[in-house]
Amino acid sequence: MLADSVTMSRALTSLTLGFHIIFATIGVGVPLMISIAEFIGIKKGDPHYILLARRWTRGFVITVAIGVVTGTAIGLQLSLLWPSFMQIAGNVISLPLFMETFAFFFEAIFLGAYLYTWDRFSKPIYHWLLSIPVIIGSTMSAVFITTVNAFMNAPQGFELNGRTITSIDPIAAILNPAAPAKIFHVVSSAYLASAAILAAITAFNIIKKKSNPYYKKALKLSMSATLIFALLTAIAGDVSAKYLAEHQPEKLASYEWHFDTETGADLILFGTLNDQNEVENAIRLPKFLSFLSFGDFNSEVTGLEEFDEALLPPLWIHYLFDGMVILGMYALGISMLYLIFLRIRKWNEENKLLLWLIVLNGPLAMIAIEFGWILAEVGRQPWILRGYMKVAEAATTSPHVGWMFFLFLALYIALGVIGVSVLRKLFRNNPVELELEQRYPHIPKKDDFS
Amino acid sequence: MSYEMTGIIVLWLFLYGYLIVASVDFGAGFFAYYAKQTKKDHLINQLISRYLSPVWEVTNVFFVFFFVGLIGFFPDTAYYYGQTLLIPGSIAIVLIAIRGSFYAFENYGSKRSNVYMFLYGATGLLIPAALSTALTISEGGFIQEINGDVRLLTGELITSPYSWSVVLLAIVSVLYISSSFLAFYANRANDGQALGLVRKYALFWSFPTIIASLTTFIALSQHNMEHFQNMIDLWWVFGLSVGCFSIAMWLIYQGKRYGLAFVFVMFQFFFAFFGYGAGHMPYLLYPYVTVHQGAAHEAMGLALVIAFILGLLLLIPSLFMLMKMFLFDADYVKGKK
Ligand code: HDD
Ligand code: HEM
Ligand code: HEM
Repeated sequence: MLADSVTMSRALTSLTLGFHIIFATIGVGVPLMISIAEFIGIKKGDPHYILLARRWTRGFVITVAIGVVTGTAIGLQLSLLWPSFMQIAGNVISLPLFMETFAFFFEAIFLGAYLYTWDRFSKPIYHWLLSIPVIIGSTMSAVFITTVNAFMNAPQGFELNGRTITSIDPIAAILNPAAPAKIFHVVSSAYLASAAILAAITAFNIIKKKSNPYYKKALKLSMSATLIFALLTAIAGDVSAKYLAEHQPEKLASYEWHFDTETGADLILFGTLNDQNEVENAIRLPKFLSFLSFGDFNSEVTGLEEFDEALLPPLWIHYLFDGMVILGMYALGISMLYLIFLRIRKWNEENKLLLWLIVLNGPLAMIAIEFGWILAEVGRQPWILRGYMKVAEAATTSPHVGWMFFLFLALYIALGVIGVSVLRKLFRNNPVELELEQRYPHIPKKDDFS
Repeated sequence: MSYEMTGIIVLWLFLYGYLIVASVDFGAGFFAYYAKQTKKDHLINQLISRYLSPVWEVTNVFFVFFFVGLIGFFPDTAYYYGQTLLIPGSIAIVLIAIRGSFYAFENYGSKRSNVYMFLYGATGLLIPAALSTALTISEGGFIQEINGDVRLLTGELITSPYSWSVVLLAIVSVLYISSSFLAFYANRANDGQALGLVRKYALFWSFPTIIASLTTFIALSQHNMEHFQNMIDLWWVFGLSVGCFSIAMWLIYQGKRYGLAFVFVMFQFFFAFFGYGAGHMPYLLYPYVTVHQGAAHEAMGLALVIAFILGLLLLIPSLFMLMKMFLFDADYVKGKK
């Protein structure tokens, strides 16, 4: 059926991970935002923030459910689609996978407790405390799974002869050189994307309805968070590039279309390749690649010419890299702009154009996450375990993978469509204005300057 | 004790844990649907959703824990099961996905649509049926290895009486475990009407459970004599299981001590499950993978055991907290909170 089982296994893995990562990202970032909102609400005694935390939580439950079921799917599919890989990798890198399940466990327990105990404690701060283990659990699961992915890029802590593995050191496998940069970047970008999406939803509501103090606070909080996390993500991205320059130069050179080893290398934005693999129509930032790679404008950057062509990834990933970086800059720019508007009293931070730009930033941040992962995964090709095992050797030989691809495609379409419609119904049937009125009838509806 | 024995015991314990908590959940799905069809849903569905909503994610993690741990301790299983279980595994994933999203969608979303109630009920029976296939395959005879390429013999699988008896056993056990738990929960909630209904379910499903167990036993003797013989040698374990079954039934029949009755149901399955597992040793997948040569290297085994102990120190207090909040908090159970 269709293509061979290697291709179909890759397609199915991409499909499941590409879908899971949306909900995983939300699962990592949104608990932090909820916790911040509830904390501010308790400290300031401001019911708006508490309501914000409540409403965010309610939406979060739906996305968590999809995150959990798609995560279960990818967890099983790793063995179903890549049995040979898991047989080898299981020996070396199962420790963080195992610890990840503890992190889920921890998160799941406290999430259940958090959800159903809003009004059960005499002191609200006790309820807030339940959010801490949820944040720890979800962020740690991202940390552990990211070490696994880092291991695939920079395997260490074992020796392989044919299919027998010896000298296993699980701790060294976890602490591989790719891990620190990757963890930093994955976690910060998950926080960024989550904050950006919450800001986008708020901005959209302001456009569609009328602004009120509740929305103002929500937007200010989520946009401030966007700015902070966008800064962190950019720093982490820079750290990632420096890691690559040192440990996986062929990957960085492919991202950057850097063919010849040279000092003072230019950073190439967009462009096209002609038949001779020469770059045309590109924007060149002089010497910036050297800077990105080593923090020095005149350092020497290894080019693609030095590597075996059969072991290089496809070069189209260059565009994904550019896309991701530009979207990161956009998030940074737009959040700064909003905060400047907020600061300068005469300027209206709720002007339509600015709000629309904020709305746009939500989906764009998620697209940046997708770009980032495809970039990192395809950039590792043809390896599944860099230097040890190729993707083609790892896949299942079962002939039915094609059918399974369509089965899961149908599943994810259904989950996506039903999930979105449930979320919309949930918030439409219970608008903020109504809920404020019911829960807190005594607080003023308009503040002084609106 | 060697770390691979520690590993398999830990994993088996978790699988047992999953068997219990997931059965409660799966069976509840079927009862919820059945009650709706017979217009008795006002009696029990409130009860079901109050208990299940806070814990479904935890239930799922039990399962994730089991398969991740299995691959960690015994990486060879990833290869053999991975190669062969693509289709049943994928079907199980899809069913689990439908079910998992059900909670979120219906509890927070809209009204209970009939289609979704049906899926909820049906997946409750189909998931155990699909997952039990993995245990069936582990008995051997359904997998062929030719030149290093491993294949599932689908034809043999669907024509084997043993495989069908396992499916049947899985389904009736789910209904039996679930109804005895719900009887306990309804009793705690002082909900007389619901109790009357689920108590009847529990009594009703107890006999098919015992009969299906016997049938499976006999079918196994036709299929894997070695395993059957090992289990006969452990006859006293199964005797204890039947003893616990009798006590549980007697208590439920008398209509008292529902909590204790459920504890005996748990023991009934504990003995049966460990008897079955002990008889299975040393094979994880007959005759290809044993706990000894299929195990991860010592360094990894040790690391996993340490991680497991540290993890438990974290989890046990947290689970205890969750149970206190939702299972043993009388006001919550009664719906006052
Ligand atoms: C909101 C999302 C987002 C944004 C704005 C950025 N990134 Fe990113 N990037 C990711 C989300 C991401 C990611 C999804 O987290 C990836 C995929 C795999 C990984 O390790 O992180 C990633 C991978 C990734 C890699 C590849 C790592 C590898 O292959 O091992 C590099 C070099 C960068 N990023 C660099 C940057 C730079 C210089 C950015 C400038 C602002 C940037 N990223 C913004
Ligand atoms: C191949 C990679 C991955 C695998 C095998 C995987 C596996 C899983 C599994 C099994 C679950 C369900 C756990 C449960 O039952 O509660 C899950 C959920 C989750 N995953 Fe993934 N995951 C992967 C990638 C990621 C990444 C990269 C992140 C973070 C950036 C992530 C974050 C999460 C989170 C936060 C959840 C829980 C959903 C929630 O509670 O919000 N996962 N994943
Ligand atoms: C959750 C974050 C991740 C995302 C979004 C992601 C994304 C992707 C994508 C898009 C592909 C397809 C690449 C291609 O077709 O060339 C892929 C391949 C793959 N990923 Fe990742 N990946 C993630 C993390 C991981 C982790 C942690 C593991 C292992 C435990 C993993 C294992 C694989 C495997 C086995 C393949 C197939 C082989 C390949 O094509 O490289 N991924 N992933």
